[in-house]
Amino acid sequence: MSLLEVSGVVAGYGETEILHGVSIALEEGQIVTIIGPNGSGKSTLLKTIFGLVQPKEGHVHFHGENITRMAPEVVVRKGLCYVPQSSNVFPSLSINENLEMGAFIRTDDFSQRLEEVYNLFPDLAERRKDRAGTLSGGQRQMLAVARALMLDPILLLLDEPSAGLAPNLVKSVFERILSINSAGVAIVLVEQNAREALRLSSWGYVLASGQNQLEDSGENLLNNTEIGRLYLGG
Amino acid sequence: MTDIAGILGYLTGFAIMAIIYAVFALGLNVHWGYTGLFNIGIAGFFALGAYTSALLTTATPDPLLFEDNIFGGNLPALLGVFNLGIDLWFFIALLAAGAVCGFVALIIGSITLRLREDYLAITTLGIAESIRFIFLNEKWLANGSKGLYRIPKFLGDWVSPQNYDYLYLVVAVVILVGIFLAVERTIKSPWGRVLKAIREDEITTAASGKNVFSFKLQSFILGASIMGIGGALYAHNIRFVDPRTFDPLFATFIIWAMLMVGGSGNNKGAILGAFVVWGIWSGTQFLPGFLSDPNFRYVMIGLLIVGVILLRPGGILGEERKVSKLMQPSEAASPEQ
Amino acid sequence: MTILKQQLQHLQRKWTAGYTVLAGLVILIILAFLEVVKMELIVNGLFLGAIIALGAVGLSLLYGILNFAHIAHGDFMTLGAYFGLFFLGMLLPSIGLQGTGFGPFTFGYPLFLALPLSILALAAVAIGLDVGIYRRLRRRNVSKVVLAMTSLGVAIALRGLVQVLWGGETWQYPRLSKPFYMLPMGVRIPPDNLFIGALAIILVLALFLFLTRTKMGKAMRATSDNMELARVSGINTEHVVWWTWAISATLAATAGVLLAVFQAQLLPIMGWRILIPLFAAVILGGIGNPYGALVGALIIAVAGEVSTQWLNPAYKVAIAFLIMIVTLLLRPRGIFGVRE
Repeated sequence: MSLLEVSGVVAGYGETEILHGVSIALEEGQIVTIIGPNGSGKSTLLKTIFGLVQPKEGHVHFHGENITRMAPEVVVRKGLCYVPQSSNVFPSLSINENLEMGAFIRTDDFSQRLEEVYNLFPDLAERRKDRAGTLSGGQRQMLAVARALMLDPILLLLDEPSAGLAPNLVKSVFERILSINSAGVAIVLVEQNAREALRLSSWGYVLASGQNQLEDSGENLLNNTEIGRLYLGG
Repeated sequence: MTDIAGILGYLTGFAIMAIIYAVFALGLNVHWGYTGLFNIGIAGFFALGAYTSALLTTATPDPLLFEDNIFGGNLPALLGVFNLGIDLWFFIALLAAGAVCGFVALIIGSITLRLREDYLAITTLGIAESIRFIFLNEKWLANGSKGLYRIPKFLGDWVSPQNYDYLYLVVAVVILVGIFLAVERTIKSPWGRVLKAIREDEITTAASGKNVFSFKLQSFILGASIMGIGGALYAHNIRFVDPRTFDPLFATFIIWAMLMVGGSGNNKGAILGAFVVWGIWSGTQFLPGFLSDPNFRYVMIGLLIVGVILLRPGGILGEERKVSKLMQPSEAASPEQ
Repeated sequence: MTILKQQLQHLQRKWTAGYTVLAGLVILIILAFLEVVKMELIVNGLFLGAIIALGAVGLSLLYGILNFAHIAHGDFMTLGAYFGLFFLGMLLPSIGLQGTGFGPFTFGYPLFLALPLSILALAAVAIGLDVGIYRRLRRRNVSKVVLAMTSLGVAIALRGLVQVLWGGETWQYPRLSKPFYMLPMGVRIPPDNLFIGALAIILVLALFLFLTRTKMGKAMRATSDNMELARVSGINTEHVVWWTWAISATLAATAGVLLAVFQAQLLPIMGWRILIPLFAAVILGGIGNPYGALVGALIIAVAGEVSTQWLNPAYKVAIAFLIMIVTLLLRPRGIFGVRE
């Protein structure tokens, strides 16, 4: 049984329909990437899975449970965490406080987890008392992911983690994603940097105009010249 | 016999006030219904229009009776020579009231219309309070708290005092219809269509080259002028103005309730709302117990506003234009992909 | 190293604002010594400012977390004051608790009971209004203008309610006249004002500790920064909203009661009259920044009081309004603008 099963999801905002019946699936510990042109609904898909957008049709199953209608505050308790593309830190709170908020629903002593996360992101550990608003773009992305990790999720939804970052930072972002995954966290990755993303994914989905276009292993998609031309920049 | 005359007289007085309020509601509809401007300073334009018209047309008071006021345009006497037997001064007074309000709206609008809508609300409130303050404290201007008396009647010489109200009713209806037609025409014109576009999607409209600020300003001036005319109508009906008349409750909030109840974004709704709410307002005096307490009217107006927003944002007639879109589920964060 | 520079710049910006305000105060005091400005007006302004600050801080929290202009906030203060009147004048005496002239103050010891009761009552009203009205509108995703409009309706209804229940006449808390403290430079301080100042300081301090040391306080700051992200993190933002209303109501009720003590009278219009200075203070300090609102309130109040030396006292509100307009036009984010 898959860890995450999204089937036939139709969703949008108000009267605008963005997803016209999208399906994806993910096994435990897998990295799956979703690529496609702008406006294809990639971000909307993640938001729908997480509960920020309610689908009109279709369902989302996580760990065998139907989470289609659940609100984000509930979904997050099931072990599913989401990192938005932008506006993904609390600027007036310190780094430490940001992470504390990530652990908000935990009732145990999470100081060990806190140290684990700091070990993963040593740059953040150095500046834990600083306000998140003073961080650079790359550090903010790291903090955004770190926040989501505080709950020890089984599945992480990442929306364009490398967006707007310089190439050398992009590399380190993907390295980090790999290390997170090696700790057993499954990841659904939405990315513009399709090449890099597909390199680390076992499976990939191509989304366009709110519908599934193609799915294949990460390697096959990388070598697919048609996809290469359309989405991977030649 | 007297009973019927009494009832007729009461109804006429009722209708005149309802019509005057309908004029204000139409003005507010231009502001809020068609342009989305949250103006809670109507009382300011009300006062400005009423005082302008009163000051222009009232005779300079006898220093012994009203020591403070030194002005008095006394148009009726001045124009006596040019009157063609129909009291032209009345129209001058109306137009002047509209013009002054329009001018003040130009100044205020230029400074404040760039503000976010909820800031605009507090600002318009402050301006209305300031206008009231000035009339209250600068006694030389308009007799301060004592107010202006003996504002002249329009065509007062034509009918007997007992029947004067019927005449004024006719006058008021004519003016209301005139304003209604004018606003309807304006809204359906190309200018009006740009307004609609601004309200539905300001950013796109601005991107297509329209000077959004300029349109908002024009709309602000138009609505304010209409309110000014309403104020003038009021002054010549009651024939007495003082700063207390322009208390925010009956010079601002009640008009908001009227527009919302009738249907914002809908001119017929504005007029209907005026009659309905004025009816409820006047009707409370016949209710038993504390319900007839004039203070209860505050509670009633407040509940009307909240109630309409919660239960029936479109008002009775609903909108022709999708204004209550602002009050319905809007799109969540835009699909940024 | 650029990060360090960024931090320094940020600190510099904030501190320039702070130093300017401090400089302004110093200049005022110098002017007072030169007898250009009456010292008593400055002192009185500071105490009035403390009261306005309590209201403004609550208003700022509502702005930051619930994201709308709570036009009913002045009438919240009025309601708080009249709740106080109910407890002080009716309920507590009926169980034998009455008195005036506690220590050097004009009010009696029952005030220390009436105040918490008034706070509880107003907090209940605030949360009730949220559950019954504002929450429904939030679920419908209405614009902030509509929320403001709704609060306008609430303001009108609340004031009407107060007027119906307590009439248009002027009431007073049971009080006993007490002598002022005489200070140099012609400054007279009613002992009540010291109580007012002390209570204001205590409450603001308590709020600061709450916001920085407690989990809910941090959640409130987080929600103020980014409500959606707060939800994404699992924070129950509805709970945050209720806490916000409760805290704002606490501050507003206290402000109302203290205002009634300060002015030695209650009028149904007392809160509405302060509405513009409240908003002016919040805007001057920077929306969503409660400490900015505090400073803003002090500035507005002192400016208003000092102006009476030359202007008709009726224009105090006009001064507040003017400051607000100037701020909106020249520096919309306020003195301590925090919004990134």
